Amino acid sequence: MSRPAAPLRAVAALAGHELRLTAQRGENVLVTIVIPAGILVFFATVGAVPGIAGRPVDFLVPGTLALAVIASGLVSLGIVTAFERSYGVLKRLGGAPLPGWGLVAAKVVAVLALELLQVAVLLAVAAALLEWRPAATSSILLFAAAITGGTVVFAGLGLLLAGTLRAEATLALANGLFFACLVVGGVVLPVDRLPGPVEAIARALPASALSDLFRAALGTPIDVLGPVVVLVAWGLGAAVLAVRTFRWE
Amino acid sequence: MTGRAAPALALVDVVKRYGSRAVLGGVTLRVQPGEIVALLGPNGAGKTTAVEILEGYRGADGGEVTVLGLDPRRGGPALKARVGLMLQGGGLDPRSTPADVLRLYARLHDGARDPDELLATVGLAGVARTRVRRLSGGERQRLALALALVGEPEVLLLDEPTAGMDPEARRSTRALIGELRADGRAILLTTHDLADVERLADRVAILHGGRIVEEGTPGEVAAGALPRLRFRLARALAPSELGDLSLSLAAVAATARPVAEPGDGTGSYRVDGASPGPDLVAALATWCARAGVQLVELRAAAATLEERYLELTGDRDVEAVA
Repeated sequence: MSRPAAPLRAVAALAGHELRLTAQRGENVLVTIVIPAGILVFFATVGAVPGIAGRPVDFLVPGTLALAVIASGLVSLGIVTAFERSYGVLKRLGGAPLPGWGLVAAKVVAVLALELLQVAVLLAVAAALLEWRPAATSSILLFAAAITGGTVVFAGLGLLLAGTLRAEATLALANGLFFACLVVGGVVLPVDRLPGPVEAIARALPASALSDLFRAALGTPIDVLGPVVVLVAWGLGAAVLAVRTFRWE
Repeated sequence: MTGRAAPALALVDVVKRYGSRAVLGGVTLRVQPGEIVALLGPNGAGKTTAVEILEGYRGADGGEVTVLGLDPRRGGPALKARVGLMLQGGGLDPRSTPADVLRLYARLHDGARDPDELLATVGLAGVARTRVRRLSGGERQRLALALALVGEPEVLLLDEPTAGMDPEARRSTRALIGELRADGRAILLTTHDLADVERLADRVAILHGGRIVEEGTPGEVAAGALPRLRFRLARALAPSELGDLSLSLAAVAATARPVAEPGDGTGSYRVDGASPGPDLVAALATWCARAGVQLVELRAAAATLEERYLELTGDRDVEAVA
């Protein structure tokens, strides 16, 4: 006879298991680490960012940080969870002695840990290869807010897809949305360079809001009220919808 | 149930509907500690639904459900730690390894079995670091069983535990489950394999159309079937001859019906719907003499569990005892 493990120990065990599996999946490493770092280095090296005042790298570092958060929450978490659902892994875990919130908590912890690694890699690459230095006006607090808000929004969207669609549909849609975020999310192209109506839509989407928030956190003078409102609205919407619609099998 | 300990598992008059379709129409089933009960039935009979209600995965629409005296929907982690589950399909991530996944589940319990020892017990020590997608169906089943056992559960809910296994793995899995009963655990298993029932179960409940249509020890259930008159002829009968024989037998027993034994086109028959009395035997012999067909073999045999099961459910997909 056994008792449930202490909830924090159980969550830590599950988060560790998730991280190990993520590290073993080549495509997860590609989309969460290699692609954001590759985009940063490529666009900064060719200097191909139209219509910005300063150096391209100062625009690209916050943009690719946003892309990294999108890759971890929407793409990696969404796709992995969708396949876990189709294999019955989630249903089996539902029969394990874990509190109801434990599974989501473990996934969020695993995503946050992955994001810390992504931030470290991107900033190290920027500093080592692209002569990037953090601005004196950078705000750690705003940086933490951007990661937290971005994680809630994009992990929520990833779980929303994973809990409602077939695994194959989640795979296709998450990758498609990732590409859309790259194009209209203010990652490599300033949103104000987009055609008028597209710009208006892009500003209401969470990807550009997250890019702007990272930019503000790293010292670019931007009004953060708009991006914060957009992220909070998307975060609430995604979380509520995901909780209401998630099907375990 | 008077004079016995409280059941470890109990469904009392449980009703479950999906939309307007009643999947369980008042099912009552109890499993005592130290007892193995097999839930047998055709596909779609409601076996998995019944197990999922005991797991707390689904709620019942009516009736009473208790697991170790608690409501499985409200027992929380403390109850889940005392119940071992084996789901159909296993619920395994194809990219994880047996060692990884078993270690994870062990860490969700306080007081779990040693994962390495358990892998050896279920015969997976040699593939402990092989990805699940490279395991055979039987190996996956044994890993799913190991997950059910890792928390030293008092109750086991095993959905088709021997499905997809080769004969050797079935034998060793049955031996393993048998040992668990000796430890005083209550075990409910669903199966489509009559050998599981005959070699393992203390009691069997046959679920058909959402109801328990028969329950008892395997011997008691088999005894509920009529003994049959079986015979073998020198050649197979043409359909017209079989019709003619049917009329002759019906003259002495109105419900008697000769049928070819399943999978046999060489002249083996049995008579359904009537006990093998002297009148029936005489009518058969008279018909053979008149038709000029040699009677090679004739016996009045006791029915098997399989025949009783077929009588009750008409399910011919069942795996018979080899």
